[in-house]
Amino acid sequence: MSAAAGKPRTVLLAGNPNTGKTTVFNQLAGTRARTGNYPGVTVDRRTAKLDFAGHEIELVDLPGTYSLTARSPEERIAVDAIQTHAPHACVVVVDAAAPARGLYLAHQIAETGTPIVLALNMMDEARSAGTEIDEAVLAKRLNAEVVAIVASRGEGLVALQQAVVRAMERPREPLALAFDEATTRDVAEVAASVPFQGDPHAWAVWALLSFGADELELTPELDGAVAEVRARAEKEGRDLDALLVEARYAVVDEVVAQSVRSGARHRALTDRLDAVLVHPVLGLLVFALVMFVIFEALFTGADPAIGWIESSVGWAQEFVQGAMAEGPLRDLLSQGVIAGVGNVVVFVPQIALLFLLIAFLEDSGYLARVAFVIDRVMKGVGLHGKAFVPLLSGFACAIPAVMATRTIESRKDRLVTMMALPLMSCSARLPVYVLITATVFAHEARVLGLFSVGAIVLFAMYALSVVATLGAAAVLRRTVLRGPRPTLVLELPPYRMPLLGNLVRQTWTRVRSFLVDAGTIILALTIVLWALLTYPHDQPAEAAFEERRVEAQATLEGEALEEELGAIQAEAQAAALEYSAAGRVGKGIEPALEPLGMDWRIGVGVIGAFAAREVFVSTLGMVFGVGEVDEESVPLRERLRSAVKPDGTPLMTPLSGVALMVFFVLAAQCMSTLAVVKRESGSWKWPLLMLGYMTVLAYLASLLTFQVGSLLGWGT
Amino acid sequence: MTEPLTLDRLPVGESRVVAAVGIPSGDRLVRCRLLEMGLLPGTEVRVVRRAPLGDPIELRLRGYALSLRREEAAAVSLRPTDRAEP
Repeated sequence: MSAAAGKPRTVLLAGNPNTGKTTVFNQLAGTRARTGNYPGVTVDRRTAKLDFAGHEIELVDLPGTYSLTARSPEERIAVDAIQTHAPHACVVVVDAAAPARGLYLAHQIAETGTPIVLALNMMDEARSAGTEIDEAVLAKRLNAEVVAIVASRGEGLVALQQAVVRAMERPREPLALAFDEATTRDVAEVAASVPFQGDPHAWAVWALLSFGADELELTPELDGAVAEVRARAEKEGRDLDALLVEARYAVVDEVVAQSVRSGARHRALTDRLDAVLVHPVLGLLVFALVMFVIFEALFTGADPAIGWIESSVGWAQEFVQGAMAEGPLRDLLSQGVIAGVGNVVVFVPQIALLFLLIAFLEDSGYLARVAFVIDRVMKGVGLHGKAFVPLLSGFACAIPAVMATRTIESRKDRLVTMMALPLMSCSARLPVYVLITATVFAHEARVLGLFSVGAIVLFAMYALSVVATLGAAAVLRRTVLRGPRPTLVLELPPYRMPLLGNLVRQTWTRVRSFLVDAGTIILALTIVLWALLTYPHDQPAEAAFEERRVEAQATLEGEALEEELGAIQAEAQAAALEYSAAGRVGKGIEPALEPLGMDWRIGVGVIGAFAAREVFVSTLGMVFGVGEVDEESVPLRERLRSAVKPDGTPLMTPLSGVALMVFFVLAAQCMSTLAVVKRESGSWKWPLLMLGYMTVLAYLASLLTFQVGSLLGWGT
Repeated sequence: MTEPLTLDRLPVGESRVVAAVGIPSGDRLVRCRLLEMGLLPGTEVRVVRRAPLGDPIELRLRGYALSLRREEAAAVSLRPTDRAEP
């Protein structure tokens, strides 16, 4: 093959997690890195077209894996890359201080015939711990190019590029594994049905080990051959899994014995840090402190940026209002498009902050300890220790929290966490609680003369949200996401100082993925919702309001005029909303809302709240003809208090207020959450299921609250 | 003779050699994962500590640290290290 012409040659970058593989990729690719997605799964696909010593190559960064066995989406992607593309070479990044497990992966890849380059990373760390590695022996035994590098400082990268070029020129010589007679026969039988690129024996071993995994898709022929061979081995009492893995480790152990002398000071710093960081008492304190920092950052740290974005959106809307002629296009642009872009961008500060913190924790090695410390608690509800950070983030906002579930390896664990966490009471529900509490409870009301009723109600809502989240996780785990009991097989990597460049890159990757994938859905839904709340127009009514405006302008002036125009405007908004599609839907569902103590006006508020829960407040402001308001608005509270239902009884009582809050705790009132779940789960099935189960749950709980409360006579 | 020692009951700080790896809670793929992570018959393993809440445990094997829940660790039976034998 000529190096000068044609397609660039594919070189894969593989390695265990925590080996600095990402740093190697970033150092080699620099600004030429391109990030995309693998279709259907939430794994970033990072590639770069590069020039290695005059050879054009496409470097593909594979997800970090411990082996090629197809258990997780990450592992399946790594396998696919080798099975279908027959790469010209594969760089395997190995932690020089603890090479055995990395060499296991390297050997597995070399068995397929792919020429490999072993990049012994963090060689400085290994040397200072006293570890010595005989590169020549490694190269000979694994039929590989071997290069010692320190990726964080860029050392050895030129040599690595040259090694890749040499590896690409090598003939494809698969490494063979030695088995006993019966196993050799088993492997050969399966190999006859292997349809993939590369050595069929290697893929036969792979298929035998991966059999039964969720992520595995085999041809019927191969599947049949594997099932048959496995059944026979079982009948003969042979432990095929152990035989296959042991055969590979036997080679790896022998190679390590010949080429590596482990240093005595290995992990010395990590051990000293862990004595404090996972200490029975201090460890819990550190954990609480770190979680508090994350919580605080999400809750208040992002506020200035969010405020700035919101005021920019407001400014842009005003600009369009002023610059364009009145009409549907102007409204579409300002109320639909600009508001929609605002709805997307407003999440960026929290997402960026959360992922910067997660990237720091992950790269430093502490994120694995978070799971280690809290796993005992999460296990109780069928969740993984790594689900804690996403759930905690859910108190601030479900959007970054759903994205944070990516740190959970198993797809089922990830989905359970993702599906349950929007029940955590996010900060957007707070304005709703504040408005309703202030409306239905007297400010000075006290329980036992000590606690304010408002505070108790607020606490109850948060407690309900936590109970509902954990309960939903437990139920999901036993129903739609049933599977083997989740397990924890977690490496605790050595502590390392994170590189700022890596943190920024990882954060940007997440933000970009949100903007591109979830952002477009949120924008579209905002426009749809805006149209529902705006159309159709009631032309005669609008003309009547216009007449009143003209009349007011002719008869009044100064403050009186301003006041009258404001009142007309508020009344016109309320009338337009009632006439709109959303208003009609609100009226249409009124019979269903009555048993919850709500009427159509609350129904319209609930529909409006799909844009974001806090929009409930401003929609109520419009529907009750008070104009633009926030949750502290006294006129809105007064209007709500005086509102009556068709039968003349008051709309808002303490009981109907609590029922409404219960509804808001449990309902999936947030299209952005649904959009981001679609993005992260890869299909519409999960967000629709979420919308369904949360709506049913919210309705039933709210119904129960109102009806039982009414029976007990709390309704008045 | 008592029943063979399993990894979940190995005291903190002590080392043993893996005798056999059973199937934790009936999930063959979890066992494969343990095997592929290098927890094989013949591998020397030490319990470094328990998590602050008592579970999971931290192990040291093949120069790295692995954490397992005690249910999973219970599937791993042990024998004395070669050095410890008389």
